[in-house]
Amino acid sequence: MSIGHTLLGLLESGPRHGYDLKRAFDGKFGHDRPLHYGQVYSTMARLLKHGLVEVDGIEPGGGPERKRYAITEAGITDVEKWLAQPEKPEPYLQNTLYTKVVLALLTGRSAAGLLDTQRSEHLRLMRELTERKRHGDLADQLVCDHALFHLEADLRWLELTAARLDLLAAEVAE
Amino acid sequence: MSTTHPSPGGGTLATWVRDLGLGIRFAVTGGREGWTRTLLTAVGVGLGVAMLLLAAAVPAMMGARNDRGYDRDYSWFNEPPKRTASTVLFAPADTSFRDDSIRGLLLKADGDRPVLPPGVEAMPASGEMVVSPALKKLLDQPGSKLLRERLDYRPAGVIGDQGLLGPAELAYYAGSDKLVARSQDGSTGNATRIPHFGRGESKPEPLGGVLTMLVIIIVVVLLMPVAVFIGTAVRFGGERRDRRLAALRLVGADSRTTRRIAAGEALFGSLLGLVVGTGIFLITRQFSTEVTLYDISVFPYDITPGPGLAALVALAVPGAAVAVTLLAMRGIAVEPLGVVRKATAQKRRLWWRLLIPLAGLGLLAPLFGTVSQEDAGVNPYQVTAGVVLLLVGLTTVLPWLVESVVGRFRGGPLPWQLATRRVQLDSSAAARMVSGVTVAVAGAIALQSLFTGVQSDFVTATGDDPDRAQLSVSQSVDSGAQAQRVEKAFADTPGIRDVLGVIQDDAVQGNASTLKSEDITYATLVVGDCATLRELARVGAGCADGDVFLVQDPGGYGDMSFAKPGDTLDLNTPVTDKYTGTPQPWRIPADARTARSRVSPDGEQTWGVLATPAALDVAALPSPSVRLMLRTDPGSPDAVEHARNTAARIDPTLTVFELTATHESRKFTTIRRGLFIGATATLALIGASLLVSMLEQLRERRKLLAVLVAFGTRRSVLGLSVLWQTALPVALGLALAIVGGAGLGAVLRTMVGESPHVDWASVGVMTGAGAGVVVLVTLLSLPPLWRMMRPDGLRTE
Amino acid sequence: MSTTDNLMEAVDLHKAYGPTPALDGAEFAIRAGEVVAVMGPSGSGKSTLLHCLAGIVRPDSGSVLYRGRDLTAMSDAERSALRRGEFGFVFQFGQLVPELTCVENVALPLRLNGTRRKEAEARASEWLARLEVGELAGKRPGEISGGQGQRVAVARALVTGPRVIFADEPTGALDSLNGERVMRLLTDAARDTDAAVVLVTHETRVAAYSDREVVVRDGKSRDMERVA
Repeated sequence: MSIGHTLLGLLESGPRHGYDLKRAFDGKFGHDRPLHYGQVYSTMARLLKHGLVEVDGIEPGGGPERKRYAITEAGITDVEKWLAQPEKPEPYLQNTLYTKVVLALLTGRSAAGLLDTQRSEHLRLMRELTERKRHGDLADQLVCDHALFHLEADLRWLELTAARLDLLAAEVAE
Repeated sequence: MSTTHPSPGGGTLATWVRDLGLGIRFAVTGGREGWTRTLLTAVGVGLGVAMLLLAAAVPAMMGARNDRGYDRDYSWFNEPPKRTASTVLFAPADTSFRDDSIRGLLLKADGDRPVLPPGVEAMPASGEMVVSPALKKLLDQPGSKLLRERLDYRPAGVIGDQGLLGPAELAYYAGSDKLVARSQDGSTGNATRIPHFGRGESKPEPLGGVLTMLVIIIVVVLLMPVAVFIGTAVRFGGERRDRRLAALRLVGADSRTTRRIAAGEALFGSLLGLVVGTGIFLITRQFSTEVTLYDISVFPYDITPGPGLAALVALAVPGAAVAVTLLAMRGIAVEPLGVVRKATAQKRRLWWRLLIPLAGLGLLAPLFGTVSQEDAGVNPYQVTAGVVLLLVGLTTVLPWLVESVVGRFRGGPLPWQLATRRVQLDSSAAARMVSGVTVAVAGAIALQSLFTGVQSDFVTATGDDPDRAQLSVSQSVDSGAQAQRVEKAFADTPGIRDVLGVIQDDAVQGNASTLKSEDITYATLVVGDCATLRELARVGAGCADGDVFLVQDPGGYGDMSFAKPGDTLDLNTPVTDKYTGTPQPWRIPADARTARSRVSPDGEQTWGVLATPAALDVAALPSPSVRLMLRTDPGSPDAVEHARNTAARIDPTLTVFELTATHESRKFTTIRRGLFIGATATLALIGASLLVSMLEQLRERRKLLAVLVAFGTRRSVLGLSVLWQTALPVALGLALAIVGGAGLGAVLRTMVGESPHVDWASVGVMTGAGAGVVVLVTLLSLPPLWRMMRPDGLRTE
Repeated sequence: MSTTDNLMEAVDLHKAYGPTPALDGAEFAIRAGEVVAVMGPSGSGKSTLLHCLAGIVRPDSGSVLYRGRDLTAMSDAERSALRRGEFGFVFQFGQLVPELTCVENVALPLRLNGTRRKEAEARASEWLARLEVGELAGKRPGEISGGQGQRVAVARALVTGPRVIFADEPTGALDSLNGERVMRLLTDAARDTDAAVVLVTHETRVAAYSDREVVVRDGKSRDMERVA
């Protein structure tokens, strides 16, 4: 995820302080990994340098960072370009789950057993997400759904693989 | 799609052929489901076709029976023929055994080349007989001992089919050397001489106006439900077909194409039905030899529809199937994603539905009071069209009635609610289901009212009183002594408790020998004991042997002015219009009393001179006849058979009559029997179609039923809802049938000039029969319902 | 987990349709207020397990204890009465009676229990409103969408205040959004009334509404909580 583009996008709705930006980011996107304040500072500095944002004003109260940032025309164009650019699909070709399944096959272990245990583990997380969805706002629901669908996809792949492996095993056994 | 540009194949005819063919292919290759539907339709249409073929065969069947009847007829109304080598003497010797009547003829050839009745190969010699196969079978049965004793002839052969009306007819021809040709004046001899059998040119009398109307209405009433049934049969499995058509729409068929494909399917089903129906027809007619319904049996080859009628059936049934399908498809729109029923959207209107029965009434009204039995001039087309329109009108009013009545129902107990809601959702299906019953019951009610209206014309009270005596025998005898022997023979017959016997003769004025023939007056002379005379006249308790009673004719025709106490009568009554022989005077005792006549047990009112044996010696009577009334022992059911055997021993041509209170005209009886046979078959057919629609509906709801069972729904709830669901439309249909039937009955009665009164008894019977069919159908559909209520229905998910 | 806590418990269930065993020693337990997902590949015996638990099908052997009573020893009439009074059902398809209106459909289980029509329909209306389909009360099932129909079906399953709700692929015919809504309303309502839910599904996202899952494979069950 491009933090720079995300922060730029948040500024489009109006000028904000760095602190506001961090809070908005955490609230909408950073459920699992809140931004460090320093990260915000360094990113804004970089965006300023490229002319994508400008300082809209400085709070009189003092302190190190009371700057209000506003997005520039170039910034808006940049956000637009970023949103329009398709994300490269992530192939997930090399992950631990895949490795485990292949190993189970190679060592003659039951793929179904692996599936059930893995699903149980996945479900534990999915239940948490579902529960959060139940009480959260729309953003909560969206982000939880995102995760849920990915988790489900894992399981569906596992199910299909398990079914295929069992078929394969049956063929081998014949 | 092809609505905007013509489909490949060009001409409309080619398109039709292609789509019909496609439909036929679907009917054949539609898998198990498709076949089930096609077979259901085929069996349904087949039943209807068999019924139609049977109906179409009736005229030919009756014709064949009549022809054979005329070919063997022995009535001879011309001058007696001269005796030749081919002439034959005959005497009818019909008899009855238990409930069966037996046609019998005694024959004696005059020469060596006698004419033979049809079906007989050689003249039976004296003491021999040829019998019909059915009589042979009856004679061979162990229980027929009394009949064997009576027909005490050696069986010498079998009567061929061409000599019989039907396979179950009981008949024999027996040779007898006792036959003597009857003399010119009829005073001697016992047989008639004929030159040939068969009446030749004489034709059956026409039916007469009232009977013609009856026959027309019976045919209409019986065949209308069959037509309705065929219409229902081609719709069997319609919902599944609609789903399949929707799938076709999805792959690009337009709505006209789907309609034609549906027509093709129906066409195939009904063509198959034609084959099935012909098969059923051919098989059932083979069984016709085994069946005797209401005394009628027919040979299989007699049941052959005329080619014109058969062709009509073969063309009309598939044609009607296609027409009904196209008509039904107008009410629905098969869309790619399912079926939309258009019909339910708008409320049904009553006015045009009423126009049809009103048109029927309009056709019949001019005939009010004009149809009579004496006048054969009934326009059969007008009557038929009027009755058909009236009955068809019922089926058009029925959907409106069902919709507007059922639409009012709200709530009620659960089974009732389920049933009413179901009928509300598809009231036209409900109406369709019961339209057959409605038409059949309405027609039957109308017919019954017409019958009770006209039966007084055809059923006559005989005046017999079967409580006072059960059998009667009359026989001319040679002498009073012989008369007494006859009386004794019956008195000695087993099962006869009592014999009331009188010996009768006629008497004329004492000076009859000097009178001109037109002035000679006859009075009956009756000799019997006091007990017997008491059954004939109110002779009083004081009757003693030696008394004579004078009885006036209550009818007023008999003249007793020459027979007063002390008058002399002449017992030698002239046989022809000229007085012959010597007078034989007998004087009425001066103390003869008068008595009033009384209806005798054999239904007659005796008048004349009633004498006890001591007052008049029967040996003196010149041409006596014996008249016996027999009282049987109620504990001896075969008494009548014993009496018949006694009669046969005395004279094979002597008939024993069973006394009954009423007598029906034979033609009328035949029509009535035909109606009962037809009504039974029609109701069975309607029951079958109800059952099929019911089972189909249940099968389509299998999954829903399983869900309801999962909910813990009691069987009784579903069973009752099924009952209500059938009973509700049927009740409405029957109500309409009662109104329509009673109305039609009143119209028909008015036509024959009777008062338009409703015969509630027949309304009750017919409504009951219709309701009985419904209960039966519900009962029969319960076992499959219970089976479908098992949770297996949930497993398909 | 001790047996006495269990609202319902099935031991060593065997059931065969013809020669093929659908259940081959399956076990199951559920506590009050608990949502248990029954998962497994198609044809594994999930639905048969649900049918046995609900007393719709009598297993060939084994026992199903509900509040200490053995369902397998009950007569058909007793099991029917239990289903009417204590259980509620949601299926995938074909469950609404097409000729009845929605409110009449929901009132149906109450009326089967002998509740008067007016009262039954009043309570049915409340449940329709609670499942956010109150405006459909007078409509027939043919006139509403699949998602609405399924919510009507949930209302019908809940209207008698059942102790156990059996749901067999309740979202199987729905899109994700409607499926989520139905699941959420179903589990919320079950939680509010402390009813147990036996949820047969092959979708993990639907199963995520459960508290734990039982996996059925070749007619044998595996309680993943005990395994873990």
